[in-house]
Amino acid sequence: MKTCLVVDDSRVIRKVARRILENLQFEVLEAADGLEALNACKTAMPNAILLDWNMPVMDGITFLRQLRKEEGGKAPVVVFCTTENDLSHITEALTEGASEYIMKPFDGEILEAKFSEVGLI
Amino acid sequence: MSPEDTEHLAAMLKQRSGLILGSDKTYLIESRLAPVARREGFANVAALLTSLRTRRDEKLIYTVTDAMTTNETFFFRDKTPFDQFKSDVLPALAKTRLSGDIKIWCAAASTGQEPYSLAMMMEDMRHQYPRINLDILGTDISERCLEKAQSGLYTQFEVQRGLPIQMMVKYFEKVDEMWRLSPKIRQAIRFRKLNLLDNLHSVGRQDVIYCRNVLIYFDLETKKRVLEQIANLLADDGYLFLGAAETVLGITDAFKPMTGMRGLYVKNTAAAATAPRRFGT
Ligand SMILES: C[S@@+](CC[C@H](N)C(=O)[O-])C[C@H]1O[C@@H](n2cnc3c(N)ncnc32)[C@H](O)[C@@H]1O
Repeated sequence: MKTCLVVDDSRVIRKVARRILENLQFEVLEAADGLEALNACKTAMPNAILLDWNMPVMDGITFLRQLRKEEGGKAPVVVFCTTENDLSHITEALTEGASEYIMKPFDGEILEAKFSEVGLI
Repeated sequence: MSPEDTEHLAAMLKQRSGLILGSDKTYLIESRLAPVARREGFANVAALLTSLRTRRDEKLIYTVTDAMTTNETFFFRDKTPFDQFKSDVLPALAKTRLSGDIKIWCAAASTGQEPYSLAMMMEDMRHQYPRINLDILGTDISERCLEKAQSGLYTQFEVQRGLPIQMMVKYFEKVDEMWRLSPKIRQAIRFRKLNLLDNLHSVGRQDVIYCRNVLIYFDLETKKRVLEQIANLLADDGYLFLGAAETVLGITDAFKPMTGMRGLYVKNTAAAATAPRRFGT
């Protein structure tokens, strides 16, 4: 079973994402900010990361830069999932090594399509 | 809604667009026509249908016919027909079309995602096929859809359905809350109103025809008539793509399926019989 770490400061979003991902046969882990996510990754690298941008403590893009410096940190497929929907944010995310980008609001269909686009399902 | 009115509507739709209204489509009629009734100043859908039956208002007939079409589509829908184009159809045609021009017709283009997907894909392969020019025609019965297709403007939801993010970044710009295709891709497609029930002669010779997810709405006889007209337009060594739920089997022998290529058909003429029906042979 593939693992997906859902990183979002909104409990509601994490819950929605968890439900969709579990239906897609993922084992889901959660983190409420970038730092929590980084610690989770140091313990065990997930196969996929669904990543919010704006979060307290450490935001998504900072987390992504740190992650890629970690041992084994190049492996997880990162999909941003954020309300930031302008080209400059999207381009920055892709430059830092995100594979896909979901603009909120999203639904199960979009998440599934994006995950299949990057070969996660 | 009175039974006479719904029967009249069903007959009118079959004649105008080929659409077969199954039984118990009250919900569909209501949901599609309520906005039309409101816009046209009728008290409700029932009043609209009665007027449709008793007066012969061509404009209203067209508006209703258009509103009853199903326009669902998205970028790179079903993927396979685009993968097959890239891996097999395009390389085969690139060898034989010495002028470099390849003519493609999207026969039910709806809001444009299908032809635009082809144009973006081709642009991504520019360096590989510097000589090739796709001449893409998109047609549909729905003026509403064609207008949107021509504008190249899509909602955030639409650009997230099937479109890889790299392509969105490369070919779209953000305009307020919408996303607009770059002029280069928009200019690659000609859009035109065309009813598949009419004489299709004006479309001219085509190398590839995408006729996806429209025949499903027609009855057998209409499917046959449309497919046979399409066969007359397709080059003998051309290709036809149908939707995932569509086939020619049991409808016409103008086409035959390609082995190992789901949804892809070639002509079944004497001339085409000598051409391989399998790629790479
Ligand atoms: C479900 S969409 C398919 C769009 C696209 N080919 C795809 O597969 O995603 C069907 C389209 O067929 C069009 N259509 C229905 N009847 C038609 C007719 N008689 N002539 C031309 N287009 C028609 C509708 O307006 C609609 O846009």
